[in-house]
Amino acid sequence: MGKILMKGNEAIGEAAIRAGCLNYFAYPITPQSEVAEYLSRRMPEVGGVFLQGESEIAVGYMLFGAAGCGARVFTTSSSPGISLMGEALSYISSAQCPAVFVNIVRGGPGLGGILPSQADYFQATKGGGHGDYRLLVMAPDGVQEAVEMVMMAFPLAEKYRNPVMILGDGLIGQMMEPVEFPDHLKSEPSNKDDWATNGMDTRKSNERNLVKSLFLNAELLEEHNRVLKAKYDRMKKEEVRYEPYNIDTDYQVLIVSYGIISRVCRTAIDNLKAEGFEVAMIRPKTLFPFPEKAIEEAASKDSCKVVVSIELSMGQMVEDVERSVHGKRPVQWFGRSGGDIPTPEEIIDVIKSFVTL
Amino acid sequence: MQSEVMFAGFGGQGILLIGDILAHAAMEEGFEVAWIPSYGPEMRGGTAYCLVVISDRPIGSPIIRNPMHLIAMNRPSLEKFAPMLKPNGIVVINSSLISIGSGRDDVDELLVPANDIAGDLGSTKAANIVALAAFVARSKIVDFEILRQCVKKVFSSKENLISLNLKALEQGKEAAQVKNPGP
Amino acid sequence: MAKTFKKPEALSDQHTHYCPGCTHGVIHRLVAEVIDELGVRGRTVGIAPVGCAVLAYNYFTFDFQEAAHGRAPAMATGIKRVRPDLVVFTYQGDGDLASIGMGEIIHSANRGEKFTTIFVNNTVYGMTGGQMAPTTLPGQKTTTSPAGRDVEDVGMPIKIAELISALETPAYIVRQAVIKPKYIVRAKKAIKKAFQYQLDGRCFSLVELVSTCPTNWGKTPVEAIKWTEENMLSYYKLGEYKTPEQFEED
Repeated sequence: MGKILMKGNEAIGEAAIRAGCLNYFAYPITPQSEVAEYLSRRMPEVGGVFLQGESEIAVGYMLFGAAGCGARVFTTSSSPGISLMGEALSYISSAQCPAVFVNIVRGGPGLGGILPSQADYFQATKGGGHGDYRLLVMAPDGVQEAVEMVMMAFPLAEKYRNPVMILGDGLIGQMMEPVEFPDHLKSEPSNKDDWATNGMDTRKSNERNLVKSLFLNAELLEEHNRVLKAKYDRMKKEEVRYEPYNIDTDYQVLIVSYGIISRVCRTAIDNLKAEGFEVAMIRPKTLFPFPEKAIEEAASKDSCKVVVSIELSMGQMVEDVERSVHGKRPVQWFGRSGGDIPTPEEIIDVIKSFVTL
Repeated sequence: MQSEVMFAGFGGQGILLIGDILAHAAMEEGFEVAWIPSYGPEMRGGTAYCLVVISDRPIGSPIIRNPMHLIAMNRPSLEKFAPMLKPNGIVVINSSLISIGSGRDDVDELLVPANDIAGDLGSTKAANIVALAAFVARSKIVDFEILRQCVKKVFSSKENLISLNLKALEQGKEAAQVKNPGP
Repeated sequence: MAKTFKKPEALSDQHTHYCPGCTHGVIHRLVAEVIDELGVRGRTVGIAPVGCAVLAYNYFTFDFQEAAHGRAPAMATGIKRVRPDLVVFTYQGDGDLASIGMGEIIHSANRGEKFTTIFVNNTVYGMTGGQMAPTTLPGQKTTTSPAGRDVEDVGMPIKIAELISALETPAYIVRQAVIKPKYIVRAKKAIKKAFQYQLDGRCFSLVELVSTCPTNWGKTPVEAIKWTEENMLSYYKLGEYKTPEQFEED
């Protein structure tokens, strides 16, 4: 199959269908409403479920109900909507149900704006809802990778029985790029009979299943949290994904950057290289688990003088970068947070300013 | 080699569509492309724009402050974007609606009375295709025949619009052959 | 000797945590009997609320999900949309359904989701200790309306059956009580009818059940029943408020 020119939002919807996810619940919010518009047409064509819920709160629980009975299900939203889904994310994580959430991030806090942003980094990787839970978070840098990550997200959610979040941004949602869809991943969620409330007759069993998150007994709750922690630890071992760039040179500066802004950094690195100034980059593709070791190793190279976290927020990922570098090199931050994406020239100036500090 | 083409005009002039068609044509020809719609502070003030990036290698930053070329379908767009252009690019000016020039002496300025040409063909709605054709004929950024196929494909569900737009393509191409005397 | 009265298969052996005189036990049994009689235990999924019935899943012997406060109808929607063959019901109290979950219940009813809601109205938040609910009667004392519900301040109690009946979408909406055998017999009929409409793929169904909370009302079980009959039934009138047949006659 050849390449198709598609808007990020529409490609995300199509990718889910091709991953075998035929159940979509959502509530409109800019800048990702095209996903719902696209799937309101496409889902009936493939015999799938499309439902526009009454709020993001309700949509979160529609996912919970559907995932709880073993169906592959996903939603898309943008920052304020994801805040409202935070409650459901906490419940779904505790009840250990697989589901995929796509956040086409816009500027915040509050109503913020509708332009690209990465200010939901903390929300996605550290919390959003209450309690000791984690999401597996992936961040694409363009439309093609958004497609691939959506298609990977379903099997990963099922492997860990945990929600997976794709953290895009308004630009990835709105721009068109050529995409090539990988082969169908159409498969049924695995092992669901062990836990899903899909009806005893469905799984030919006399044992009923429970999907729940209440543990009133202190010992049982702690045991449950240990089970969850073991899964998150396993993610840290098995699911770290990142892309190094220009890493085989004697770089003076190491950039850590993800998503759309990492592409601007890539152009800046190319342009600096032409001037004879080597800069490398680690681009996290998973934000949780975070590529801590790769960053530490890259920062430790003798030639490297400084590590810079470049992000579309007022300094969120930089905390994880600092944690990864372990004080071996100074860590700087550069970010924009109103919706303007810096140009390669702006990034070049920033990098130079950190070296001459 | 990378080129960036800015399409700009009023909402309703089919700006996003001609960007889409060019992006498709470039993709068909084997280039890397990115199409970025008006989605920024620039979208205020009634101008619609989109940017098409065409490159022979993977596109890094899709954010371009200084594009190479401009197709300006109305005056506010020309006034806004002409000063941002890199030198040596092409500026297509819809002279049916714009009575001024780009004010730049380092660009190839092409005056195309797109609305008048389209109106003579039967519908001013095809003005966008006239301008696109003029730009492609002048820049040779993509093969004209591939562009023609893309235009056919876009209007394939509206039979009556195919011939109109194919004529618009030819007229636009012709308009690009004329060396404009300037405003 | 033949057994003439036995525990429904859909009900577990576990002792409930409910207070003496609480009507949750009666309602659980009615639901279990109906599920047995319809023969659908193997394809039923219940959804427990937040409230006194949060542990309801311990007392039934079929699949159960547990919702966040008020969200059971959204979960039921999710299940029913992806698995229309399953029999799905939510079990919700007045704080859960009529306060924090008002949006979810109204929209589920209005979309005509094909599940059943058992709505237990006992005028107070039970689990959190007897606070005022949207259904607390005028003048009724609770831990957050110590001087009695002041309708000038917080408005009149919400009549859920009437409110949901006002929607134009066809549905089966009924209110019954579970305080004495004569009411309980009618309540069971209503529950069975509600599930039958679901099995037939007809409509959304909601059974509001006027219930007691002796503990939080500060009454004995017998006093509570008397108080309910004398005070609640005049405000929360029993009967069928809406049937899908109404819409077919036109």
